[in-house]
Amino acid sequence: MTPAISVSELTKRYGEIDAVRGIGFEVPTGETFGFLGPNGAGKSTTIKILCTLADPTSGTARVAGHDVVKERDTVRRNIGLVFQDTTLDSYLTGEQNLRFHADLYGVPKAAFAPRLRQVLEMVGLWERRGSVVATYSGGMQRRLEIARGLLHAPRVLFLDEPTVGLDPQTRDAIWEYINDLKKREDITIFLTTHYMDEAENCERIAIIDHGKIVAMDTPEALKASVGKDRVQISTADDQEAIRALADTFGIEAAMHEGRVTFSVESGEQFVPRLFAGLPVAIRSVSVSRPSLDDVFMSYTGKTIRDAEASIADRNRAVAARFGRR
Amino acid sequence: MAAHDTLERQQEQQLTEAIRVAVPERSLRHDLRAVSIVWRRELIRFRSDRLRAVTSLVQPVLFLFVLGTGLSRLAAHGMPAGIDFKTFIYPGVLAMSVLFTAIFSAASIVWDREFGFLREMLVAPVRRWAIVVGKCLGGATVATFQGIIFLALAGVAHVPYSPALLLTLVGELLLLSFTLTAFGVMLAARVKQIQAFMALTQMLVLPMFFLSGALYPLAGLPAWLTVLTRIDPLTYVVYPMRHAVFSHLSVSPATLNALSPGLTWFGWPVPIGLCLALVAAMGVALLAVAIAEFQRTE
Ligand SMILES: Nc1ncnc2c1ncn2[C@@H]1O[C@H](COP(=O)(O)OP(=O)(O)OP(=O)(O)O)[C@@H](O)[C@H]1O
Ligand SMILES: [Mg+2]
Repeated sequence: MTPAISVSELTKRYGEIDAVRGIGFEVPTGETFGFLGPNGAGKSTTIKILCTLADPTSGTARVAGHDVVKERDTVRRNIGLVFQDTTLDSYLTGEQNLRFHADLYGVPKAAFAPRLRQVLEMVGLWERRGSVVATYSGGMQRRLEIARGLLHAPRVLFLDEPTVGLDPQTRDAIWEYINDLKKREDITIFLTTHYMDEAENCERIAIIDHGKIVAMDTPEALKASVGKDRVQISTADDQEAIRALADTFGIEAAMHEGRVTFSVESGEQFVPRLFAGLPVAIRSVSVSRPSLDDVFMSYTGKTIRDAEASIADRNRAVAARFGRR
Repeated sequence: MAAHDTLERQQEQQLTEAIRVAVPERSLRHDLRAVSIVWRRELIRFRSDRLRAVTSLVQPVLFLFVLGTGLSRLAAHGMPAGIDFKTFIYPGVLAMSVLFTAIFSAASIVWDREFGFLREMLVAPVRRWAIVVGKCLGGATVATFQGIIFLALAGVAHVPYSPALLLTLVGELLLLSFTLTAFGVMLAARVKQIQAFMALTQMLVLPMFFLSGALYPLAGLPAWLTVLTRIDPLTYVVYPMRHAVFSHLSVSPATLNALSPGLTWFGWPVPIGLCLALVAAMGVALLAVAIAEFQRTE
């Protein structure tokens, strides 16, 4: 069976910036596949290429068995899309937005009414279908976009940060819809996120950083591959603590998120030895099981929040240079 | 209980079967359906935006009543007896009433880009021409509609409500609106910020209006102004409209000659039909450029 998505050696340059630097992966039909990475990693760029909205600089990509450059229209007929930024017409009602979509995608007229009802009921907006979209909350707009993306029964659904900016309850609700959808329809889902906990919902994830895939597997396998617990301590003298950890225990520690951070085999058993052996006063300790953040850290040498902070710094530096914003 | 369960399952099955949607291969019919929905969206939005309909009437009404009345005493010396200055400027101001609306309709593409909706249209499996044509037809319809509202004020300017005249004027308004929208859409493909778009169109619209002969007859002008009026595309709509209005008034040939002289190129009188054909050709050419430009954008 042909995979729903297959990508090889894909690159995309925007002038000076290498947004995507040679990625390759396959997503089998029916899978929920996630792209996890910090801001600016190249997630949206990859989605744009897969959805035929941008041409790759080099490499190939096939979606639903069709080339995204040579068979644009066939690809477009087979995909549903929810962009990172909303693309609704806020002057139209929910139903009018969906009708517009149905006509653009050539959904058979007889199928429209029942399908409309089905997708709107699924996201809980059937009662509000007559209201103008400007009166919807952020979460409702997001749900309406998901319903719209599903209206023409696509084989592959792309969701670019489907829950960004939403409160935790709404995020959970959207994940319920997505999981429910998997049961009802024969559909492959490709999504991007920079929320760790959200990536756990995917069957398989690829961790992407600076336009490259640094790891790809099931969330469980990725976490197991790290194997170690993460210990973070705050001390009276962090530099001294890092030196002492290296001298006394042979452990390489570094500052992350403002605390001394390192990985050890079994964290709970190590903590008493730490208190006994460290010459610096310890203020607090936390031990955590390997998370996807640790996976990210073990492949890139930084936590995802560090990565986002450094991107923010870089942007600020760029903005300062041009004297704007 | 068990029976109830089966019933539910059956219903569910029916529902799933009923909504099996297969997006068809692309065809002309599908593209035309896209044209129609893009068009209808313009109408829906115009209908829900009554404020816009009212505010775009302000300018032409000001021109007709304030400028028209204010200047009429001064103009009376040059006007043949029994003709109101308002009647004279009415066709030009009518053209103006669609000018802004048509170009603002095109501006909605810039808004759509800013608010992301353009992307929803561009990623759909339809030909780009369908979207551009739908947009132009929508803008033309809305602007013509705006013109028709202003047409209702014809009586105030002593322009008769003759069915033949009204029909001619509506046809000419439609042509003008279409060409103007096509021009705006072509511009919107390149100019991506709304402020820049507005500034640019403002800069173009007023000179176009002033050079079109909307406020003065086209004969006996200095050479430089004669050339400029002949270059202005709006001239080729204002002239036929004024011609239509004056041929429905009972005036002497001398008056007609003074107020609605023929349009000439180096002394050659340009037929009305050619004027309108020129505007139509320009509209089609602008549309073609707009389509080509949208073909290229991501
Ligand atoms: N149209 C464009 N022109 C120039 N540079 C671009 C363009 N689109 C993206 N980039 C650059 O490509 C890089 C990757 O951007 P992309 O939007 O793919 O990141 P992302 O992973 O989706 O990030 P986020 O989590 O913030 O959405 C960034 O450095 C960005 O500045
Ligand atoms: Mg993004």
